[in-house]
Amino acid sequence: MASPQREGFSIPASISHAALGQVTSKSLGVRYNCAQCAASFSLSKNDAIRCKECGHRVIYKARTRRMVQFEAR
Amino acid sequence: MSDNTIVGIEYNRVTNTSSTDFPGHQANGDYSWDIEKFKDSFEINISHITERTANFDLIHIDTSIANAFRRIMISEVPSVAAEAVYMFMNTSVIQDEVLAHRIGLIPLKVDPDLLNWVDKTQDENDRYTEDNTIVLSLDVVCTKNPHAPKNSTDPKELYRNAHVYAKDLKFEPQGTQVESFKNSPVVPSDPDILLAKLRPGQEISLRAHCVLGIGADHAKFSPVATASYRLMPTIDIIEPIRGDSAKRFQQCFPSGVIDINSNGEAYVKDSRKDTVSREVLRHEEFDGKVKLGRKRDHFIFNVESTGAMSPEEIFFKSVRVLKNKADYLRNCPIGQ
Repeated sequence: MASPQREGFSIPASISHAALGQVTSKSLGVRYNCAQCAASFSLSKNDAIRCKECGHRVIYKARTRRMVQFEAR
Repeated sequence: MSDNTIVGIEYNRVTNTSSTDFPGHQANGDYSWDIEKFKDSFEINISHITERTANFDLIHIDTSIANAFRRIMISEVPSVAAEAVYMFMNTSVIQDEVLAHRIGLIPLKVDPDLLNWVDKTQDENDRYTEDNTIVLSLDVVCTKNPHAPKNSTDPKELYRNAHVYAKDLKFEPQGTQVESFKNSPVVPSDPDILLAKLRPGQEISLRAHCVLGIGADHAKFSPVATASYRLMPTIDIIEPIRGDSAKRFQQCFPSGVIDINSNGEAYVKDSRKDTVSREVLRHEEFDGKVKLGRKRDHFIFNVESTGAMSPEEIFFKSVRVLKNKADYLRNCPIGQ
């Protein structure tokens, strides 16, 4: 709602801000979903790109909980 | 005179379509506008009225006024609909903007008089207040049903929250709304509108802000599903139709329009039920024996509400809107 844009992705105000999201999540790792077994897990920077449950190598990034505004039109 | 108010319906055309009851058109008769004359002749007959639909006749009124009511009911009587959707999570297969659009189209049971207009000139952060906005939230997560019957293939049994319906939208009263909406909490007027389908692990979490609007802006704000009128049909039997011919004549009309009396002669029982299909004009045996028409100043209205207001309230509001427009016009300096 803070963004003046009505909908969709808004471009972060500064580069450092954009990088910030990665920095904060790096310590926790980034959430991923396995394409094979749909398990949800987090991986950090140096982890192998593998599902922690089944070892499948295709994984998807989970959607953020960041709010997006839409016009109901 | 009576002929003037009938629109003729021929097999391939309509005749006498425009009204001539204004001063200066005819040599005889006074057709000047007079409110007393109008009050004497004007009639409203309500033939059917329920919570959602109404069917009523406006008789001896000009097309311009009747049509104004119809148009105002569709596009200028305010009602409430979702306008902004704030999506926190949507991992369902339905796209964010499509889901937002569907939520916007849900008719809500809200009395529009309880809300004020949103000031669009204000900054977006201060625009929505408890006086002009209703907040609905939708938070559903689909999970597997551990007690699902064996061999079941029905998603409703296999999973919990497999289907997201309009009734899953929860009203979140803000501030004074706790009091003002105590007796009429906001709910969708049709609770079983399917919004999305989910599978285990999928989630929808969003907030919707509902505001006042008019149908001219977007159809979701229209308080009516349909508001339409038709002219009263007339059927003139010029030559008597008897016997088997009368039975065939009866078959040309919807049931209940034509009846046959004890002499075996067809007569018009209820022309209001006629759909004016002109089927009768296709048959040579009735050529010249019947004349179809419509009464130009007899409007059969059909108003179907979306559920927020009763149909009569929508009609009264349309009258008020038209009155305000007339008042505005009268006070315009150009008209003086």
